[in-house]
Amino acid sequence: MIRYITRRLMFAVPTLIAISFAIFALLDLAPNDPTGQLPLTIPPEVRAQIRESLGLDQPFHLRYAKWMEQFFVNEPLNLIEEAFDVEIGDSSTRPRIRSWATRSPVVDIIAERLPQTLWVVGLSYVVGILIAVPIGVISAYRQYSWFDQIGTFVSMVGFSVPTFFTGLLAIILFSVMLQWLPSIYDTTHEVTDLTSFWVQVKQMLMPVMVLALYNAAQLSRFMRSAMLDNLNLDYVRTARSKGLRERAVLLIHVLRNSMIPVVTMIALGVPTIFSGAIITEQIFRVNGLGQLLIVAIQGADIPLVQTLTFLFAVLIVLFNLIADVLYGILDPRIRYD
Amino acid sequence: MPTEIPDTPRTHRSLWVDVWLTFRQHTGALIGVGVFAGIVLAVFLGPFVHDVDPQYLDLQARNKGVSLSHPLGTDNLGRDTLAQVFAGGRISLAVGFAAMFLSLVLGTAVGTLAGYFRRLDGPLMRFTDLFLALPLLPLLLVIIMLFRDTLRNAFGPETGIFLLIVFVIGITSWMQTARIVRGEVLAIKEREFITAARSIGTRERRIVSRHILPNALSPIMVSATLGIANAIITESALSFLGLGFPPDFPTWGRLLFDGANFITITPARVLWPGLAISLTVLSVNYIGDGLRDALDPRLRDT
Repeated sequence: MIRYITRRLMFAVPTLIAISFAIFALLDLAPNDPTGQLPLTIPPEVRAQIRESLGLDQPFHLRYAKWMEQFFVNEPLNLIEEAFDVEIGDSSTRPRIRSWATRSPVVDIIAERLPQTLWVVGLSYVVGILIAVPIGVISAYRQYSWFDQIGTFVSMVGFSVPTFFTGLLAIILFSVMLQWLPSIYDTTHEVTDLTSFWVQVKQMLMPVMVLALYNAAQLSRFMRSAMLDNLNLDYVRTARSKGLRERAVLLIHVLRNSMIPVVTMIALGVPTIFSGAIITEQIFRVNGLGQLLIVAIQGADIPLVQTLTFLFAVLIVLFNLIADVLYGILDPRIRYD
Repeated sequence: MPTEIPDTPRTHRSLWVDVWLTFRQHTGALIGVGVFAGIVLAVFLGPFVHDVDPQYLDLQARNKGVSLSHPLGTDNLGRDTLAQVFAGGRISLAVGFAAMFLSLVLGTAVGTLAGYFRRLDGPLMRFTDLFLALPLLPLLLVIIMLFRDTLRNAFGPETGIFLLIVFVIGITSWMQTARIVRGEVLAIKEREFITAARSIGTRERRIVSRHILPNALSPIMVSATLGIANAIITESALSFLGLGFPPDFPTWGRLLFDGANFITITPARVLWPGLAISLTVLSVNYIGDGLRDALDPRLRDT
């Protein structure tokens, strides 16, 4: 197992380097000038100075190497320093990845936005799982019953209808017509007592539920087919014939075996939390990572876009690895050698 | 005395008849075909019945509700919503089909090469894995943002953005097809009829085009169907984020994006394009489901 993980990690490194190079090259190739947004009255020599201060006069490979050093060495060192309150080397002169728009370190901006995304989008993922698993189990157990028919239809609808439509529908219904819930997410709101907690619940309800239902639709289809694969196997008949109660057969024997592919699927889906956030945050005006990315793209803030996109890639590679390892831990039939 | 053998009717059934017979039993898929055909017909023939220019600004009739001359009302510049939904649908569907076609060609090519030529298998599948690890939505947004203006200057405002969006969706959605096709080709390659074809001296290219590809058609067709749904959703998402089609050349997603700001005044502007996207994707997904059942010989009743 350890050998398998090390081998996979060894393979993940070149993958990530290739991706980082692809992202860097793509952004560099683009016919886009970071000083293009500045007023036209700025004389060309000042413009050249601005480009120089952004480090744009250096050749491509140098800038790429610098970015790699900042991302893989300087920023992690900085995080360690802040977390443990120690000083490693000379931290004041260590260059950091800075946003072109605000000149502040990119990592600090991301850390500022991360909680909103994790709360809204992460919670919706958890809620989605909690909805999907029971529906999938009952659907499969009572295959072709009315519950199953309705369940499969609803999940088909749920994963065909995009969140940017269900979100807007929810806003029309609950914010415009019924006026129960706010349509804009207020990030500055602080929970201090029960009333403000209720306000927080109300403003989180729509974004969380819209995304949760979308996630649940996909997952419940998967859960149902995993259960169906197991329900007709010999061990289920054995369990029944030795007199186990139906509840024990279903919830202990079948469910646990069916959860193996589902858990892997859940792990694989974690990175999509962040890309799903891009759209949901735009609908409900949550200023999380997704919105940060959109603003950075529109403002041609290359360092911020680069770092965010690459972080998403790191998450995908990492959770692919976690999913594979989980599969091996949960299913003893899988051998990695 | 020779007995007369009664003339039994030859019940020769081709593969496609079998597929159709199974497909017909899938109610959802049949309804899906009906709804999808209805949407395609409405979008292309609708303008002949309701011939209002979708870009005509009628500032006297802004934000109007349902009326005889504007069955779905008008927007904040007095443009007719129904005509815009028709026009947007034509572009959305065109993007869906074109991007699906591109990703299908790419996916089939990569999958066939990887499955048939052992030397290419490793590198090509690593390449596919690399693409699967890319954060696609952020990258799509970045590519469109960066290359939008260049392509508009090169091909004109409408063709430029169309080509760009079809291209980026196509090159970022071929990976699943490639994996499925590779698996199928790997299995078919070991069958006897391929050995037979090789033994009579058939050239590699001909083995692939005449013997392998026709037999791998089922999974290719299923992923083609699902590819349309995927492309339409992706295009709408991009347009919804304001980085897709421009407002004067709208798709369903763009109409939704523009309508979202006027949601309190004219909810119809959100409702109809959104419903159109949802129904299209839903019907296409049902067709895909039915096709998968019909094309899988293990599931087919004999």
